Amino acid sequence: MNSAAHTAYVPPPMPAAERAKWWLGRTAIYSTLILWTIICLFPIYWTLTTSFKAAPNVMKGDLIPWVDYAIDWRGWRSIGLSPDTIFETSTVRDEFLKRFFNSLIASLGASILAIIVGSLAAYGLTRFKYRWLWMRNNDISFFFLSQLILPPVVLALPFLVLYRELDLRDTLTGLIMLYTLMVLPIVIWIMRDQFEAIPMELEEAALVDGLSTWGAFISIVLPIALPGMVAAFVLSVILCWNEYFFAALLASTNSSTLPVMVASQTGSQGISWWSMAALSTAAILPLIIIGIALERYIIKGMTAGAVK
Amino acid sequence: MTPTPTPLNYGETTPERQRLGGMVTWGATALLAIVALYQTLFAAGITASGFSSWRPVLYAYGAWGVALGVAQVVAHGEQGKRALFILPAVLFTVAMVIFPTLFGFYIALTDWNLASQDGMKFNGLANFWQMLADPFFWNALGNMVFYVAMVLVEYVIAFGLALLLNAQIRARKFFRVAFLLPLMLSPVAVSWMIGKSMMEVRFGPLANFLKWLGVDSPSFFGDPWIAKLSIQAMDAWTFIPFMMIMLLAGLQALPKDVTEAAQVDGANAWQTFWGVTFPLMIPVSITAIILRIIFKLKIADIIINVTSGGPGGATDSVTSFIFREYRDRSNVGYGTMMAMTYLILIIVFITLLLKLVNRWRRNLT
Repeated sequence: MNSAAHTAYVPPPMPAAERAKWWLGRTAIYSTLILWTIICLFPIYWTLTTSFKAAPNVMKGDLIPWVDYAIDWRGWRSIGLSPDTIFETSTVRDEFLKRFFNSLIASLGASILAIIVGSLAAYGLTRFKYRWLWMRNNDISFFFLSQLILPPVVLALPFLVLYRELDLRDTLTGLIMLYTLMVLPIVIWIMRDQFEAIPMELEEAALVDGLSTWGAFISIVLPIALPGMVAAFVLSVILCWNEYFFAALLASTNSSTLPVMVASQTGSQGISWWSMAALSTAAILPLIIIGIALERYIIKGMTAGAVK
Repeated sequence: MTPTPTPLNYGETTPERQRLGGMVTWGATALLAIVALYQTLFAAGITASGFSSWRPVLYAYGAWGVALGVAQVVAHGEQGKRALFILPAVLFTVAMVIFPTLFGFYIALTDWNLASQDGMKFNGLANFWQMLADPFFWNALGNMVFYVAMVLVEYVIAFGLALLLNAQIRARKFFRVAFLLPLMLSPVAVSWMIGKSMMEVRFGPLANFLKWLGVDSPSFFGDPWIAKLSIQAMDAWTFIPFMMIMLLAGLQALPKDVTEAAQVDGANAWQTFWGVTFPLMIPVSITAIILRIIFKLKIADIIINVTSGGPGGATDSVTSFIFREYRDRSNVGYGTMMAMTYLILIIVFITLLLKLVNRWRRNLT
């Protein structure tokens, strides 16, 4: 954040003892940072490299590709994504792609829905006064945010029964509705914070200029709140992409998502490590890319409302 | 999604428009009631004709919601257009939460096994008494106490990392991204990457590392307490970045002059931290810890996929236990009773926690 200020800072000349202490402190800080970086990245590295190993390399615990072992595409071949199989037909790859796109549709659909519904509610709650029975704005906000503490297991069984009756079991529509419900409180939380930061004078000026309430919202407020919406959207997509519990209970052949596929492979006996590693890598890769590319928005979303 | 207002002049509201709006509301409500009644009678076997599923009732609810929105605008003008902002969220949440939860409370009072042909039988509080006598349920609750208590350890680590990232370091952005990545990964992938593969006893790198340190035959899921700690470590690994990022934001928002003033006064780093930084960080810390506890109370995916609650239920969380009660035994009635009890316990726990925190902070200031 303030890196410019920090790099401009030149430490004054110090006596030897103090300089030694300073170096000691630096070393401690950087070694802790590097240690934790290894803790964070090693599992990802391990998964990625294991997907290129053959059985003996796995047994020996080889770590470094090209040095310890030769690249073997066996794992990727087993899900039909290695260079020599990518243009051939592969039932495993079709299965993988189906799960992949199910995950994509479910997470994008739910996030879009949650962003629309949640932004509207958050805007209404920050700008207007509502009264319904005994409930005021604060109560309504609390009602939305309190959904956050609802454990998924409470809804899982009723939804199983309801979805069977509604003919929504094993459909992406059903999953999208549940995921929307899951991320809606988070979206409202983030967007409320965003809208509160926008001065109300902007809309008042727009109203004077003849725009309607909705016109002012769409043409004046939304563009300003866009970064916040992107942040909420990215967080929603991540949460939905990783969701396992509801998908495992409610989805089967038609609509089950990538996490369910990964989990079903771990359950079976005698799994081949290389194909599991390839599958896991393929499942986490999109998120790692999102994490690196959109880190700014993820952090913005997570810190919304935390610091006042 | 949102109904476009009719070309009426929707600025002012008149008695006629109020009457029109009322008619739309009541008409839509009547339609919804008729559709629901029609299907209820059919499902109960009283009438012969009906829909093949309850889906039309859902559509009727959607139509009712749209009509309600239109009626608001027609009847109340500007005020109604404002109501349109929260109406979709309210109707959606009510339909998706209130109704299923009430339905869940009913299921909890029935003897219902999906595997048997008998169907649903009302049996009062029998599930509740069975639950009170179920050692595995109490065991899972006890494990939850452990998992929630470990949030404090995660908090200390996250705070340390946030302080490091806030120090004058190079490549801050690289470290921040690296530290954030575990949070991106799905718990299911984590359970394979770490739980099943790195912690594999024979050739997993973590086991090899322990062997290199001199531990013979390391086992991560054999002993109950070590298994609990292994599960906890994986969960912490994914979620520490969450608290870290919030605490880092808190640290960056601190007024610089306060800490500098303390240093000018001759306080060393340790004294500055406890005397100035930490007290200022208390509000952010509380938010981070409470949010983390809320997420922690849902812990399940890793347990389901790595240990299935074993050994002997040592790693079970309430959610993973209920998940297996449904998955393996199809015992819907009993599982739901536990879920509903858990919900009530959580609500009581979180409410008490918030009350205590508020009181403590009032006394502090």
